[in-house]
Amino acid sequence: MTFAFEAEGLVKRFGKTTALDGIDLAGRQGSVLGVLGPNGAGKTTAVRILATLLRPDAGRATVGGLDVVRQAGKVRRLIGLTGQYASVDEDLTGTENLVLIGQLLDLRRTDARARAKELLNDFGLAEAADRPAKTYSGGMRRRLDLAASLVGRPDVIYLDEPTTGLDPVKRDDVWTIIRSLVGDGVTVLLTTQYLEEADALADDISVIDHGKVIANGSPAELKRVVGGQTVLARPADPARLDDAAAVLAAVAGRPADSPTRGVVAVPVSGDAAFTEIVRRLADAGIAVTELSLRLPSLDEVFFTLTGRHTTEEAA
Amino acid sequence: MTTTTTTATAPPTRPVVSRPQERPFGLIRHSLALGRRSLIKTLRTPEQLLDVTLQPIIFTLVYVYLLGGAVSGSTQDYVQFLLPAILVQTVLFGGMATGVNLNTDIGKGVFDRFRSLPIGRSAPLIGSVLGDLIRYVVATVSLLTTGFVLGFRVQTGFLSALLACVLTIVFAFCLSWIFVLVGMLVREPGGVQGIAFLVLFPLTFGTSMITPKETLPGWLQTWVEVNPVSHAMEASRALMVGGSAGTHIAWSLGFSVLVLAVFAPLAVRAYRRRT
Ligand SMILES: Nc1ncnc2c1ncn2[C@@H]1O[C@H](COP(=O)(O)OP(=O)(O)OP(=O)(O)O)[C@@H](O)[C@H]1O
Ligand SMILES: [Mg+2]
Repeated sequence: MTFAFEAEGLVKRFGKTTALDGIDLAGRQGSVLGVLGPNGAGKTTAVRILATLLRPDAGRATVGGLDVVRQAGKVRRLIGLTGQYASVDEDLTGTENLVLIGQLLDLRRTDARARAKELLNDFGLAEAADRPAKTYSGGMRRRLDLAASLVGRPDVIYLDEPTTGLDPVKRDDVWTIIRSLVGDGVTVLLTTQYLEEADALADDISVIDHGKVIANGSPAELKRVVGGQTVLARPADPARLDDAAAVLAAVAGRPADSPTRGVVAVPVSGDAAFTEIVRRLADAGIAVTELSLRLPSLDEVFFTLTGRHTTEEAA
Repeated sequence: MTTTTTTATAPPTRPVVSRPQERPFGLIRHSLALGRRSLIKTLRTPEQLLDVTLQPIIFTLVYVYLLGGAVSGSTQDYVQFLLPAILVQTVLFGGMATGVNLNTDIGKGVFDRFRSLPIGRSAPLIGSVLGDLIRYVVATVSLLTTGFVLGFRVQTGFLSALLACVLTIVFAFCLSWIFVLVGMLVREPGGVQGIAFLVLFPLTFGTSMITPKETLPGWLQTWVEVNPVSHAMEASRALMVGGSAGTHIAWSLGFSVLVLAVFAPLAVRAYRRRT
């Protein structure tokens, strides 16, 4: 199997903080690797090492077989980075931002202009091309930022939390873009705090916590580990909460839980269970104002994998 | 527009531009492209040029009206004495902002992107220093205009005066690498400013800028004689109002090259280390 990038035993310390504690990551050629982890897990640190911005204290990483420390210059020709914090130049227009990067990548000026124009069109920014980026909305900035990492047609693209802070519509836009990238044969490393995002985009997921990989696998495998999906129901009449809980428990074959007031929830293993719950609730005459089937949140994944919530400190 | 012959409706099936190839003279091209970026940024936010526009006017007015009578007997004579020298201070002060701005910029995502690109480590720094040349030009123009209004007249010739300006700008360009280094080492932009002032104060005021050297105490005269900024000021005086400029030019150019050779590599090293 060929990996577009590989990291082995990466360790990085900042003073007393151990940001990475021996992490292994690998991205198969032409696939999306989702790196899922809560705040402070070490996602950005791992990306920065793979993008040659930081040197690891131990371990090694390669991109296209080239070492990110010893052959950093060559690695930089293969990668594109969209950092967690906007890396577009506010005072420059969309075109100027992209042309500059083209020139820094040794494109001739006319080629740099052509490439900028092409990308601005692809990302729906043609109209805003000649406006300073500071006049852009959050979603437009993100798209410009993504476009900037694609100027050099990189083999490997790092996207550090590309949708954090975007509303659902803009988030979907970004997802579409990422999917089209992979269609072009590019390998993507995507960090995220949302299992939903990793599930929607990634071929493989590595869950990291406190600088360690705590789970690895395809989205399906991971969901199996954490109990597939969860059905949530909110009875219209709060008095019937217990009845609803009984229905959910009967179908799922395990006790239902009440994550928030007025709501009952139970993990289920397939879509059939959901249909069954809908039918039985109707039969029992329990009206619901909300009924949903959703993936576990990162917090639930964490709770299953580590026995603690993402907001709790390690003992 | 010679090769636009594609049909209007056909979607681009082939990439417009293929994968970029490495080309020679990268550092020069990249530094110039980044210099242009910095220039565009400055021109889009002209407030950034306010200090280099106003500061020469204020300093000149203060010195001329406060000291003119005491030092030279008349403000008219004093402005002839002061202006070519204060040119050097003005332009040197203009360079501090390079360090301060870099210090602010470096923590932003843009610099992460530059670091992830296959360009020389020094290119973003050289670019900033080059882009800030505009500040020196603005400072020079503002100062000469003020001087002209107050009665300053070049007594040598146009080319000679131009040479004085160019020399001063080269001098400031080289010395600004000190501020770049400070900008890379210090955490806060305010700290950069403070340290830059501490460096500049003895250099620009320990000179014959505002009073003739002969009026100073002996120990200070010794400092003035070795202080390279004095030589840059005397060179400017000689080139604008007359006198022998040769040794002063040699001194200031020699010092410029020395500062550049020492501080530019140190600044680049500090930039690499700062993550
Ligand atoms: N430059 C630095 N100096 C000191 N500590 C750092 C530095 N960068 C990261 N850290 C620490 O390393 C740990 C991992 O940080 P990192 O930014 O990689 O996490 P993350 O998973 O990207 O988090 P987030 O989701 O908040 O972006 C954190 O505890 C952080 O405080
Ligand atoms: Mg992060």
